[in-house]
Amino acid sequence: MTAQPTDAGPLAQRQLALVDLLDRLLAGGVVITGDLTLRIADVDLVRVDLNALISSVNVDVPSPFEEEESL
Amino acid sequence: MNELRYVYAVTRPFDGVLPEGVRGLGGEPPRLLDHGDLVAVVGAVPAEDFAEAPLKKRLEDLDWLTATARAHEAVIGAMTTVTCTVPLRLATVCVDDSGVRRLLDAGRDRFTTTLERLEGRVEWGVKVYADPQPDPATPGPAGSDGPSAAPRERPAAPASGRDYLRRRLSSRQAREGVWERAEALSRTLHAELSQRAQAAALHRPQDSRLSEARGQNVLNAAYLVPRESSQEFVAEVGRLTPRDQGVRVELTGPWAPYSFAGQAGQAGPDEAGTGR
Repeated sequence: MTAQPTDAGPLAQRQLALVDLLDRLLAGGVVITGDLTLRIADVDLVRVDLNALISSVNVDVPSPFEEEESL
Repeated sequence: MNELRYVYAVTRPFDGVLPEGVRGLGGEPPRLLDHGDLVAVVGAVPAEDFAEAPLKKRLEDLDWLTATARAHEAVIGAMTTVTCTVPLRLATVCVDDSGVRRLLDAGRDRFTTTLERLEGRVEWGVKVYADPQPDPATPGPAGSDGPSAAPRERPAAPASGRDYLRRRLSSRQAREGVWERAEALSRTLHAELSQRAQAAALHRPQDSRLSEARGQNVLNAAYLVPRESSQEFVAEVGRLTPRDQGVRVELTGPWAPYSFAGQAGQAGPDEAGTGR
């Protein structure tokens, strides 16, 4: 039997794999919809201080969190 | 008005300074914004990337996302070396400093509670994979070794149709066995480790097309552990890890407690073990 690389027990890794990092930085994580298409799940949760944006820019900005489930 | 405020993290006022050479988004060092008993770690970012509409597009560009996530991580990593830090979700953006202050005001209670909860704690990640495709094993006579011997990648050509079918069947059984063992192990690991941790969080299993990891991710969990108990926790993961071909356990950390900051800003991942 060939030895598995993890046989010696798990080792702490210093460099976070990108996917592991994204799991943590984005509550919804990243999903793959096609072979090459990546989407952030729950993009709507991105916290943009929109009220402030609207009032300070004073431009007609479309309604903050329209659900756009464009799939 | 073409700059917005990106908020990396929230901390308490602390003695000392930001570690030198920390670079956040756009290669710019982050700045501390004091507001009452909280401090926001912020950076200026261009509105053409971070205003809501462009941001949604940007977030789906993997290269941009990678660079942004790495910059965010760099700042959080640097902050955790100097003080207890609540990492915010990627792309928490305010329009200006007063927006950041409002963010702190609005979340004051949650930030304060979370800072207390995270003080002196680190996060460890534990993943379990079912990996029915073994490493190419040493060739030997078919069907002569132990129960549920792992299927071989390139067995000798079957002598007959019956041989072939028998081999197909046993390799399918081996695969199913791997799945069952991986799931059983995931349950055991999660139960045992949750007891040893102060909190546990489950992330959704990773898609292997994205992680490029071998096998299928069955468990993708995070545990909040006191920094000084890390060694024991790691040893426990080692003890619970079977020498099982086809089932793999991966441990990562220690990390800043990203998975346990969710309650501070917004709903986090499916978090368990914090009671109530």
